[in-house]
Amino acid sequence: MPAKKPRPAKDLSPKVLKDLHRRMVRIRTFEVEAGALMESGRIPGALHLYVGQEAVASGVMCALRDEDQITSTHRGHGHLVAKGGSLDRMFAELFGRSTGYCKGKGGSMHISDFSLGMLGANGIVGGGPPIAVGAAFSNRYRGTDQVAVAFFGDGASNEGSFHEAANMAGLWQLPVVFVCENNGYGEFTAQRDHQRIVDVADRAAGYGMPGVIVDGMDAVAVYEAATAAVARARAGDGPTLLECKTYRFYDHVGVHGMRIPYRDDAEVEEWKRKDAIVALETRLAEVGVMDAGEAAAVHAAVEEEVAAAIAFAEASPFPEPADLLVDVYTAAVGR
Amino acid sequence: MTATQVPTREIPYILAITETIAQLMREDERVFLAGEDVGRYGGVFGTTRGLIDEFGERRVVDTPISEAGLLGLGVGAAATGLRPLIEIMFMDFVPIALDQLANQAAKMKYMFGGTATLPLTVRTMAGAGMSMAAQHSQSLEAWLCHVPGLKVVMPSGPYEVKGLLAAAVRDDNPVVVVENKLSLGHTAPVPEELFEIPLGTAHVVRTGADCTVVAMGRMVSEAVEAAGILAAEGVEIEIVDPRTLSPLDLPTIVESVTRTNRAVIVHEAVRFGGFGGEIAAQIQEHAFDHLDAPIARIGAPFSPVPFSPALEQHYVPNAALIVETVRNVLGRVA
Repeated sequence: MPAKKPRPAKDLSPKVLKDLHRRMVRIRTFEVEAGALMESGRIPGALHLYVGQEAVASGVMCALRDEDQITSTHRGHGHLVAKGGSLDRMFAELFGRSTGYCKGKGGSMHISDFSLGMLGANGIVGGGPPIAVGAAFSNRYRGTDQVAVAFFGDGASNEGSFHEAANMAGLWQLPVVFVCENNGYGEFTAQRDHQRIVDVADRAAGYGMPGVIVDGMDAVAVYEAATAAVARARAGDGPTLLECKTYRFYDHVGVHGMRIPYRDDAEVEEWKRKDAIVALETRLAEVGVMDAGEAAAVHAAVEEEVAAAIAFAEASPFPEPADLLVDVYTAAVGR
Repeated sequence: MTATQVPTREIPYILAITETIAQLMREDERVFLAGEDVGRYGGVFGTTRGLIDEFGERRVVDTPISEAGLLGLGVGAAATGLRPLIEIMFMDFVPIALDQLANQAAKMKYMFGGTATLPLTVRTMAGAGMSMAAQHSQSLEAWLCHVPGLKVVMPSGPYEVKGLLAAAVRDDNPVVVVENKLSLGHTAPVPEELFEIPLGTAHVVRTGADCTVVAMGRMVSEAVEAAGILAAEGVEIEIVDPRTLSPLDLPTIVESVTRTNRAVIVHEAVRFGGFGGEIAAQIQEHAFDHLDAPIARIGAPFSPVPFSPALEQHYVPNAALIVETVRNVLGRVA
């Protein structure tokens, strides 16, 4: 963890600070409810929940424009919520309903919204970075100033696909930002047991790009670092590897998972004391941007939004059996 | 088999590929070519020679030797409005990129609820017979046909490679074009103008009443040679070239078998688990009552492709094997 004390972010507008806060609260509330619904059996399948890492998605997404693209991971809900995804359609997808983002065909691990530039959560660790590089290539080819962001974890930083993508991005100086959410674990294996290095950012040097380390529990710090990296990419100055040191408060899958003690309770508790939402609320109160009452109002409003989304999802129809074979291919039309 | 109303000339398979890519790139700015050594070098087989001179480095992209990254480049570019034409130098290298092809490109449309469109074409070179041994000679099309969401074509000659490549690049789905090294010098009449062979349509190469031979890729040439030998014995085979393996034009194959009452299926890939098994199963499901003999399958033996010509000549199926197999199916022993 970087030792430096958080700055007061006095140069940031209250609008941005409140935006960061609101995005984080939306993610947290969504994920807490989704976790409870999964563990009670109301949502089928396996959810990889984002609780604890909210500052990363919120900080990066606040630095992006709507038309910028992202590739996500198996732990992708937070990315889509922060990119502006509809909670109704997200919950509907988790419930396997036809009104979901993927019409019930993708579920948690494939949640996506191309209209928001969210090119998909991904069930394959390391699947996203090459796709983000392809999007960045496309942005330059088409002459736009869009930026692509690849989210991935410390675990994925050991996949060859990440290294191939980073090398190509560095070689061609593509408008892409690699955001490593280092939560200390590749699934259930601690970072010290899956790679020799401590800082994934060290790998940037091998691909001719800057590696930046940021406190991933500090939404303002993530936002500022992401803003710099995105500006660099947009200006045509090439990619950046931005490593965010963070932690997931929940298990790899679900809330409590299989209750196998692969990490210490004390470690979890220590990280929970760094809760990014609590930290930002404390700061915003200190600098007079948002008091406790206003923060509580944000939580209450988001809780209402989430409750309505769950109600929408549960009231939505399941896909019809005939939908099984729809959208395997794009039909040849209009040519 | 060529269209007669447009000018044609005899050109080899290799030049049909180059010409088609150039025409596709001229007609659509969104089409770009990326691969290992496709630019300055012109492709290790020379199939992209000269394209960088016309289209420049922006549209003819030499990539690092990074097949997963290369295919991912195609997936990301296709998902964001381009129509990438990706070359995987040898089909043996497809497995290195298989995640991007089978888990990403093939599934995006479906698992994202229909919102994604992936107009991605992958060209790759299969085939044995050049002493390139076990890792530069395989025909792995059956692997790809097993993945819903992918289309797979195997052009058997210069006319087919032009029409199928054009259809592939203009298609809004991921399509893999499986070319064959030994076909590169194969010459045939090819229209100058760009044309499409619709994906999913088989072609009856030769009609005959005695036995249907379903031949894939370069094996069509071997079947044509076999047909000449058999005709001299009074046996007329009907050759069906599926052209597209996925989606498969089953009606054309089944219709042929209902007339000939016999079927031999031939591909260069290893026979066990090969695509011929699928075709055989489909024929018996749809035309069992028409069959007068068990369906025969021809493919490579169950071993890696050997290096030495002394071994490889016994590995790759050929016209002689097709002749012998047809004779057996007809109950004739030479």
